[in-house]
Amino acid sequence: MNQNKKLKINSNNLLLVITIALFVVMYIAGCIVYADKGFTRLQTFLNILINNAGLICIASGMTCVMLTGGIDISVGSVVAMDCMIIAVGIERWGWSSPVLMILVLAVGIVFGLVQGYCISYLKIQPFIVTMAGMFFARGMTAVICTEQVSITSDPVFTTLSSFKIEMPFGIGSYVNKKGIPQIPYIRASVIVALLVVLVIFLMLRYTRFGRSLYAVGGNQQSATLMGLDVKKVTLKAYILSSFLASIGGICYCLNTMSGTTTQAAGLEMDAISSAVIGGTLLTGGVGNVVGSLFGVMINGTISTLVKTNGKLISSWANIVTAILLCFFIVLQAVFVKIKERKKA
Amino acid sequence: MSKLKGITKKRLFLPVFSMILVILINVVYDIISGNPPLSFFSITIRSITGDSSVLYGRLIDVLNRGSEVAILAIGMTLVVSSSAGTDISVGSVMSLSGGLCCMLLAGYGVTNVSEYANPLWAGLLAGIAIACVCGLFNGFLVAYMNIQPMVATLILWSAGRAIGLLLCNSQIVYVRVPSFQVFGSYVGIIPTPIIIAAVCILIASLVLRFTALGTFIQSVGINKRAARISGFNSAKIILVTYVICGLCAGIAGLLATSRIYSADTNNIGLNMELDAILAVALGGNSLGGGKFNLAGSIIGAYTIQAITTTLYALGVSSAQAPVFKAVVVILIVVIQAEPVKDYFKKLSAKKVAAKGAKA
Amino acid sequence: MDKNIVLTMRGICMTFPGVKALDNVDFTLRKGEIRALMGENGAGKSTLIKCLTGVNKFETGEIHVDGIDGPIVNKDTLDAQKKGISTVYQEVNLCPNLSVAENLYIGREPLTKFGTVNRRKMIAMAAQLMKDLDLDIEVTQNLENYSLALQQMIAIARAVDMKSKVLILDEPTSSLDDHEVSLLFKMMRQLREQGVGIVFVTHFLEQVYEVCDGITVLRNGTLVGEYTVEELPRVKLVAAMMGKDFDDLASIKPEGEKDMTHAPLEIEAKGLSHAGKIKPFNLDIHKGEVIGLTGLLGSGRSELARVIYGADRAQTGTLKVDGKEVTIKSPIDAMNLGMGLLPDDRKAEGIIGDLSVRENIILAMQAKLGIFKRIPMAKQIEIADKYIEMLSIKTASRETLIKQLSGGNQQKVILARWLATNPDFLVLDEPTRGIDIGTKTEIQKLVIKLADEGKSIIFISSEVEEMLRTCNRLAVLRDGEKVGELESDEMSQEGVMKAIAGGGASE
Repeated sequence: MNQNKKLKINSNNLLLVITIALFVVMYIAGCIVYADKGFTRLQTFLNILINNAGLICIASGMTCVMLTGGIDISVGSVVAMDCMIIAVGIERWGWSSPVLMILVLAVGIVFGLVQGYCISYLKIQPFIVTMAGMFFARGMTAVICTEQVSITSDPVFTTLSSFKIEMPFGIGSYVNKKGIPQIPYIRASVIVALLVVLVIFLMLRYTRFGRSLYAVGGNQQSATLMGLDVKKVTLKAYILSSFLASIGGICYCLNTMSGTTTQAAGLEMDAISSAVIGGTLLTGGVGNVVGSLFGVMINGTISTLVKTNGKLISSWANIVTAILLCFFIVLQAVFVKIKERKKA
Repeated sequence: MSKLKGITKKRLFLPVFSMILVILINVVYDIISGNPPLSFFSITIRSITGDSSVLYGRLIDVLNRGSEVAILAIGMTLVVSSSAGTDISVGSVMSLSGGLCCMLLAGYGVTNVSEYANPLWAGLLAGIAIACVCGLFNGFLVAYMNIQPMVATLILWSAGRAIGLLLCNSQIVYVRVPSFQVFGSYVGIIPTPIIIAAVCILIASLVLRFTALGTFIQSVGINKRAARISGFNSAKIILVTYVICGLCAGIAGLLATSRIYSADTNNIGLNMELDAILAVALGGNSLGGGKFNLAGSIIGAYTIQAITTTLYALGVSSAQAPVFKAVVVILIVVIQAEPVKDYFKKLSAKKVAAKGAKA
Repeated sequence: MDKNIVLTMRGICMTFPGVKALDNVDFTLRKGEIRALMGENGAGKSTLIKCLTGVNKFETGEIHVDGIDGPIVNKDTLDAQKKGISTVYQEVNLCPNLSVAENLYIGREPLTKFGTVNRRKMIAMAAQLMKDLDLDIEVTQNLENYSLALQQMIAIARAVDMKSKVLILDEPTSSLDDHEVSLLFKMMRQLREQGVGIVFVTHFLEQVYEVCDGITVLRNGTLVGEYTVEELPRVKLVAAMMGKDFDDLASIKPEGEKDMTHAPLEIEAKGLSHAGKIKPFNLDIHKGEVIGLTGLLGSGRSELARVIYGADRAQTGTLKVDGKEVTIKSPIDAMNLGMGLLPDDRKAEGIIGDLSVRENIILAMQAKLGIFKRIPMAKQIEIADKYIEMLSIKTASRETLIKQLSGGNQQKVILARWLATNPDFLVLDEPTRGIDIGTKTEIQKLVIKLADEGKSIIFISSEVEEMLRTCNRLAVLRDGEKVGELESDEMSQEGVMKAIAGGGASE
């Protein structure tokens, strides 16, 4: 077999390379500047994963939708609705958490089905449909309950939430201020999030559906002519997004252990900016879930850096993220222009 | 001439229809709950805070509370028309402009003043200016870098509010000076926001009436290439619409800030961009750009407020209201969707055919 | 059915509202034959192709394909593909963001036993296919990394691999350079060896003679004839496309032209060019002169005019207007110098569909005045009414949306738009295309009248007769190059056709 394995860097994976390099540089810089504040500890890194497990799931789903050239801004509200269903379900209705988790996933699928149907078969703009979905889910959260509900009474859920998976062989263990040795750990939600990334990565690369997402985003007309069912592919993408948002919602809930109406506000934009920073084009057809993972990690690192500094106002994190977003968007635009010029 | 009227009627059909529907719901509600049927329209004069008396009533409330969205809808309509995209940064920009204004009026780091640190005009001007700069930034990215409007404005969506927080040192800055509060309260017996919104709408319609801006924007929005051949500079025109949108966001931001005489940066203009976009869609404008109808957008804006006010009157909490908004949005867009229209056309054609067969 | 015949179409009729687009057209394609489908614009070439591929529904007639019993009717392009009829368009219908291998196999990828895509096998198959077709392409690279020519060949490869019996190439060469064209032809010949029947739609005469075996000529929706290449030399082909017997042509004398060479110059272009499209050219246009740009479609006649107008920016050379040297960066600069351009693609570059007739008429005038000097409504109405009457534009009212008008009337509105700016120099690119005879004559008369008023005009048309009637002088273009000029005394159908065909009639 004559397979030429030289790796040519084209503009698309160049974006991914820049993202990863940026993450590494940023993290190393953090380690150097804040070495005394424990930034070099493995646990700091793992905490970024723990805090953003939900966002990683959501950004993976967002990536799939964005690959088709669409957008899903309902995901943040879906997360809030999921948290509220779980919280109220446990505390008020007395349901068991596994049942509620299955319910939440089912709600996610139905939600995605309705949104996807409106977008693919009724040809309504994704932004409008998912904006309505966003309103609806946010409002439903309040319809279920307007107060903050904390989860305390379900043993399965609380165990799951506080369950620590410690690093094998004590890698990265350190001694805290009180002199007690600590072994770095992750939580169950991290495992879920990384599994989601892996599955989506494999799906995008090795299944017909995954490749169809790219084709639909690349050129819808061509995809139709090549015999793909564009509508079905789009529908599935939105179902997937809402489903992953629900998984993300469960992860999110495991972190916060409560349901409120204002929870996860703006999470959809975090997911979108993570995907864009990770090299996914909003015009569709280009992107990678690994990039989105790094996008989330960059966002997480920035807010951890701001928090570690301690003196900076938390909104600095948003500002830096926005500057990065601006940088990546302009970079993408420049790449597109270069490509066009090459063709002309 | 009668034909012309028919067309205008048709174009305003959707917003007017929704408005009437909302009013009808109010009337029905009033009848059921034993109030006079037209109490929605009843305007009374009530006294507040002792000595001053002001206009009061549900209609006044709708007009008053709807001012910000109505002002935003002006800019949003133009942006949608020229660039076939939405400016999702307006809510953030509102917050930024309010934050900057209050920061200047109170002085950096101060959270509660009853005297200006800088003259009022400087604060207001700075608030408006920063909003215009935001518009310029968005417009540059969209018009000259060819970035999708939603993506380009996503940057300020996230940064605008954050910068506002930074300016206010992450605190709520109170400016308890009557001459600042007046923009959000009353002039005589009339709520000032109503006057400000009316002036903005008047200026916008005069500009559209006496300059060729409307023709320019629509031409670029409908057919960019043809507009270019006919001598238009599309990029410049798109830039102008974004600056106008920024300006509107600035005015709305100052209004919202004055209402609560404080820069509550975290909450001013929160999700307002969605209301503004909804107003444009409700006004019968295609979000795909091109022809626009400002009157429709403004009616749309007040309709949204009327829906909210009605829901509150019905005892729905502010957090639950979005459910109904969502249902309204979906109904409107589904009715307008091409496949649905085709389906109904086919259905009516079948009916006609069936009738023909019977005869 | 003859064993060697792969496709027959018999008696195809198709009407668009008000127009008979195809009238009883036959078409035959043999195995291993490359057949050119020729005709002028509006002759019915693309309609015929669309009937074949299921895009348009024909009313009567039959289509037979080798290997399928009975007549076939294709629901859509996909259906046609399944029956072995593939089309490759000028705009490549592949996904630029996927790898070459994926583009070849998407929707029918080889699977592993787990139901996932077997990338390794897919890449191997793709590499083999490229090798078979003698293409040097790295199949794991993204499609967008390859030139348009290679992309087209990949599209063809996909069609071939899907066991297509009939391959339709719709204007594949119009954006390719000479080397790329020769690569494409090599591939076409190779496919011919494999027995694939190829329908080649093109405007380039030379290419027809280089690669084709047969020629089918259409005119005005009817079949002129099916010929072998030997039967139909170049000049006869042009004559057949235009509907004149060659002998008749010589006898028709152009009428009514006058010598304008002594009038002062309006436009002097020296060495203007646009990369890849227009080689440097010189062109002088006198005041009150109508100069025709002639050449086949794709020869660069539109592009040349667009370079002068600034619709495409000139990259080299100088331009003098009325004796003064000027730089034109965008159309508005040209307009301020008194120019106007009526573009050939009325829908894409002419009309603003959702605006009214009135707004469309005053558009260019308003653009010149700027945003702040709005033309008062009363004036707008006056201007609109004036031109609606002057050009007898048929519209329900001046407030009717322009998209609701017929093509001819839309064209008149665009013309009115420019006349309202009172230009000194007008480019009219295909002003009479798709317009009924009566309106055509009106527009031609108007052009002559405008010239009499001292305006200079560039007139571009595919119809030679029309050019002869209206132009004082002709510039001939071939492959993006101005190859010569015909003065009024040299202007005849025969001369023009020889010049276009490149038979050595020009200077």
